[in-house]
Amino acid sequence: MLVIQCPFCGPRPELEFAHGGEAHIARPSDPASVTIEEWGAFLYLRKNTRGVHAERWRHVRGCGRFFNALRDTTTDQFIATYKAGEAPPASATGGAV
Amino acid sequence: MVNATAVLPTLPSKHWLRGTAPTTRFSLRGNAAAQQLAGQALGLTLPVEACRAHSAGERAALWLGPDEYLLIAPLIEGEALRAQLAAALAPTPHSLVDVSHRQIGLELYGPHASWLLNAGCPLDLGLAAFPIGMCTRSVFMKTELLLWRKDADVFHVEIWRSFTEYFTGLLSEVARELPG
Amino acid sequence: MSQCRTETGGRIDRSRKLSFTFDGVQLYGVQGDTLASALLANGVHLVGRSFKYHRPRGFLGAGTEEPNALVRVIRDSARSTPNVRATSVELYDGLIAESQNRWPSLKFDVGAINDALSPLLPAGFYYKTFMWPRSAWHKLYEPNIRAAAGLGRAPEGADPDSYAQRFAHCDVLVIGAGPAGLAAAQTAARTGAHVMLCDEQAEFGGSLLDDPEALIDGQPSAQWLQGVIADLKARPNVTLLQRTTAFGYFPHNLIGLNERVTEHLSAPHQNLPRERLWQVRATEVVLATGAIERPLVFPGNDRPGIMLASAARTYLNRYGVRVGKRAVIVAGCDAAYAAALDLKAAGITIAAICDVRPSADGPAAARARAAGLAITTNTTILGTRGRLRVQSVRLGHLEISGSIRPGVTVACDTVLMSGGYTPTVHLYSQSRGKLRFDSTSHVFVPGTSAERERSAGACKGIDGLHAVLADGAAQGLSAAAATGFAGSPRHYTVVATETSGIGIPGALPQPGKTPPAKAFVDFQNDVTSKDLALATREGFESIEHIKRFTTTGMATDQGRTSGMNALGIIAKDFGREIPSIGLTTFRMPYTPTSFGILAGYARGDLFDPVRRTAAHDSAAALGAVFEDVGMWKRAWYFPKSSEDMHAAVERECLAVRNGVGMFDASTLGKIEVVGPDAATFLNRFYVNNWANLAVGRTRYGILLRDDGFVYDDGVIARIADDRFHVTTTTGGAARVFALMEDYLQTEWPDLKVWITSTTEQWSVVAVQGPRSRDVIAKLVTDIDISHNAMPHMSVANGRICGIPMMLFRVSFTGELGFEVNVPAHYGKAVWDALYEAGREFGITPYGTEAMHVLRAEKGYIIVGQETDGTATPDDVGLTWAIGKTKPDFLGKRAIARPAMTATGRKQLVGLLTLDPQVQLEEGAQVIATPKQPVPMTLIGHVTSSYMSSVLGHSIALAMIKDGRARIGETLYVPMPDGDIPVKVTAPVFYDAEGVRLNG
Repeated sequence: MLVIQCPFCGPRPELEFAHGGEAHIARPSDPASVTIEEWGAFLYLRKNTRGVHAERWRHVRGCGRFFNALRDTTTDQFIATYKAGEAPPASATGGAV
Repeated sequence: MVNATAVLPTLPSKHWLRGTAPTTRFSLRGNAAAQQLAGQALGLTLPVEACRAHSAGERAALWLGPDEYLLIAPLIEGEALRAQLAAALAPTPHSLVDVSHRQIGLELYGPHASWLLNAGCPLDLGLAAFPIGMCTRSVFMKTELLLWRKDADVFHVEIWRSFTEYFTGLLSEVARELPG
Repeated sequence: MSQCRTETGGRIDRSRKLSFTFDGVQLYGVQGDTLASALLANGVHLVGRSFKYHRPRGFLGAGTEEPNALVRVIRDSARSTPNVRATSVELYDGLIAESQNRWPSLKFDVGAINDALSPLLPAGFYYKTFMWPRSAWHKLYEPNIRAAAGLGRAPEGADPDSYAQRFAHCDVLVIGAGPAGLAAAQTAARTGAHVMLCDEQAEFGGSLLDDPEALIDGQPSAQWLQGVIADLKARPNVTLLQRTTAFGYFPHNLIGLNERVTEHLSAPHQNLPRERLWQVRATEVVLATGAIERPLVFPGNDRPGIMLASAARTYLNRYGVRVGKRAVIVAGCDAAYAAALDLKAAGITIAAICDVRPSADGPAAARARAAGLAITTNTTILGTRGRLRVQSVRLGHLEISGSIRPGVTVACDTVLMSGGYTPTVHLYSQSRGKLRFDSTSHVFVPGTSAERERSAGACKGIDGLHAVLADGAAQGLSAAAATGFAGSPRHYTVVATETSGIGIPGALPQPGKTPPAKAFVDFQNDVTSKDLALATREGFESIEHIKRFTTTGMATDQGRTSGMNALGIIAKDFGREIPSIGLTTFRMPYTPTSFGILAGYARGDLFDPVRRTAAHDSAAALGAVFEDVGMWKRAWYFPKSSEDMHAAVERECLAVRNGVGMFDASTLGKIEVVGPDAATFLNRFYVNNWANLAVGRTRYGILLRDDGFVYDDGVIARIADDRFHVTTTTGGAARVFALMEDYLQTEWPDLKVWITSTTEQWSVVAVQGPRSRDVIAKLVTDIDISHNAMPHMSVANGRICGIPMMLFRVSFTGELGFEVNVPAHYGKAVWDALYEAGREFGITPYGTEAMHVLRAEKGYIIVGQETDGTATPDDVGLTWAIGKTKPDFLGKRAIARPAMTATGRKQLVGLLTLDPQVQLEEGAQVIATPKQPVPMTLIGHVTSSYMSSVLGHSIALAMIKDGRARIGETLYVPMPDGDIPVKVTAPVFYDAEGVRLNG
């Protein structure tokens, strides 16, 4: 069970969180203007990163907030967590994201 | 015309568990302006610090999220408080929802209070990590709950109505190995 | 007292005699014994039969490393545990133990034929031998192999014991309470850090318990130990856990501990849990898990009476048991000399000391010589004799030329072997720390840590009591410092026989090129050096493959005694260095862990939350039968006296159609959507147009996900301009709420709208049927409930029984109907009042089954029953609900894909069987033409099927390819008894015009 740094509540046990898939996939602002392929990619195409991965978590059994995290999928160690809408901390990604 | 009586889930009779006085509860959601106006109506300052509760007399405001508070007051004040809050909050966008009946308030108290909770709650309930005045939602095995530490060995717990029996049933099982 | 028990010494209480039985024979031990030491005290060495060859086996070790002595411990008829190591079972009065893997008896075991047949049963024989004929595998080979395989017998009844679980946090968790762990814990505790110390044994002390001669800080070890434990106990910042095994090291320093609470008690109190799972989150971990002595690999090294030198020392010094009268010592490590000295002092004859190494010059060897013991170096063991107990060993001498000269045969009843110490790195490795091969000591030791963890003492290859204590203290101090607690270093003075743990991995030298048979590497799995040679000869190179082919290091051993020897043999075979062979993965659990602690309190009624509505007891009093819907108990039907379900449902349906029924709808999900942008949000979220919904009106809403498929549905009411009351399906409440939060927080954070779950705030009673208005009129105040004032799909606030109420005029039955919403604590009282008020109209409580029939008669879908995650609104005939002028809503882009409206999609239709009394099976497939050969061309399936009492006909809903174009056609439902012809109809069977809604 991981310890996850909620940007609002601090370090909390994984049992309080729900994983939300890959981060930084924005819903197209005008869906009618995108092609079927683009819409399919928005819905389904994910990176499946080996290494530092930007992902969404929700502190569902806590403050309820969605936020983003950088986690190394090979070690399960978190590099950073940050609020939804914020860019990933540049220093933490090493340009990997 | 009959007048209906309220029936709350029954709590087992235990030396570490007690009910709380009948309570009015509001879920308040909104930005800083709404928080300030609600605090004025309630007669206390809503906590800005995460996971903290402020209380004044029998009224309390519990930080649940950056835009979410649980406001608690005695049941008898409910109707008037609702009107006061609605009036005070009218100028600013917000959501105020009565959740008085959604959940049950109870207290775990005594030297084993945190020991009982840690059978199913993964939080560090030591006084350093979870000081008096701290409140947060968390989990206890398969149910969500709201914990508010009112004293070193007193936890106020709010739990959704239909999970009360599960929660108190588990605690009773946990407590079997306690003396007395 | 038996001859094997010493007169004095040890950590046992000779005055407290305990009775126990082994294979039905009554024996006696004393307080402080393990089952193993008690058996040895009674001269019992033969305790088991090996797994594959059924060879007689005795004790190899004295602790958790024991591979042979697996027994079944029986407490009573309901409580028995197979495969427990006798060396880890604390003796209690009345203990009953049985040997395993033997028939008819331990001394005469029919299965021992396998030993004679062993040339035919090499490693992996079952992969090769049973290949032909192919058909025999399932019927003959596999069942018989399965019957012969496996070890021990599981208890058959439910486990009557209770098991506890607990989360805990600490600054420093110290695992292992030997000298290193005790020093680490004490040093860390003195800084004020919160320390937890656990040890798998009954007593703290580890190797100190075997070493009474050692002096620490001028005190005998036992006295020093007592002082340290008393000091730790007195500190409020210290938690001590005996009989507690750290079995798993999980990410972010979460350690799983298995505490055995009552296993050692003769009569445990019924309120105590048998075991407890601790999930400890430690800021820093100190691993002080010690080291385990390796056996030596030589022919016949598995006979009862042949054991680890350290085990003999433990039995003597800790339990006061002499393991034999005449011992041969085989040394590959200086630790053997310490055992030889102790045993000699206890009156055991040391018949020979054979050191396989060219010289024996360490301090312990010198002491042995000084004590008059003769040591022969360059000596190997060529074989042993003795069926149920070793009787002699045959020595061999290594010549300078490399050849081996046969030596004398030495009579003995005990052989003690010491192949060197293997650091216990299991937990370290589980933590994903990288191991490093130490070429001096030929073992793997911790290298680079992955977690906030450090190893201390023997588990990182440190030898000697003084060095171990010093390292323990240093690691404890550094761990505490890393958590922000500073302290001062500790120094110890030690007087003890310091022996090096360095030994020799691999097999003892043997004459000839081919490895000898019956030189065991893995005692538990009967893997010999010959099996390993076979594996390498067959082309296996990866150690992981060799492990699976030979089974070496599997089961409870997990490489404890076998791992380094296996690696040494394989490396030699390949002519490579050990590190290039690599290691198999160390997996949790470190020692076998009961299912009980994993289940913990989640048993019986407490397995899952059981959610009951406010009116549950009233429904139960009316005779309701309940069904599980998610975690909820919902009233399913209300049988009267002798009614079966069919009769009850028929009566309930007719009551709603002809009079009035009442239904507890409280479990529906409810979400209050509030804020100036509430309508904007719902417009984007649901397919419908909400902007034009007037305050006081309701609408049936459909929710898609962005993939265009129906996700949920429910009635949504506009309570105020900026306030909507959204209902969801019972099962969808949590996921719809989560999806709303997701979009609000991450896609549309600019919207001024918030959501609050009110599922449990409201208790809901649906009052449905032509007389429903008559019933509620008796109780409702402050609302005009006439049709004109409150038409279908409207909502109003008022009072019922004096209680504030939100009243919906809605119908999921097709009849005139209301849903009474009251704050939940009043739910029972209002249910009761409605029932009383309705009696004069014959009000009939109905359950979920009748509700399903009633809605199916009207063709109302149930999300998850008619839909399966691949249905679009059009597929289920709900296109009318879509707000077509809206620029966007969830799923809009997806349903515009051509494929979503292409021909061939399954569409919702009704099916009527030609015979009205035949009811279709839900889930049955549908075909276009009868009597098709398999595989048939399937064109759809039945989603709902009921007997409709009002129609006097069975009805079914189905999803059929291009179904709407097939209305009027006859299709077939293939069943085992033949095809059932069905007529395709529109999905509305009753009151298609909807006039009854407006009653």
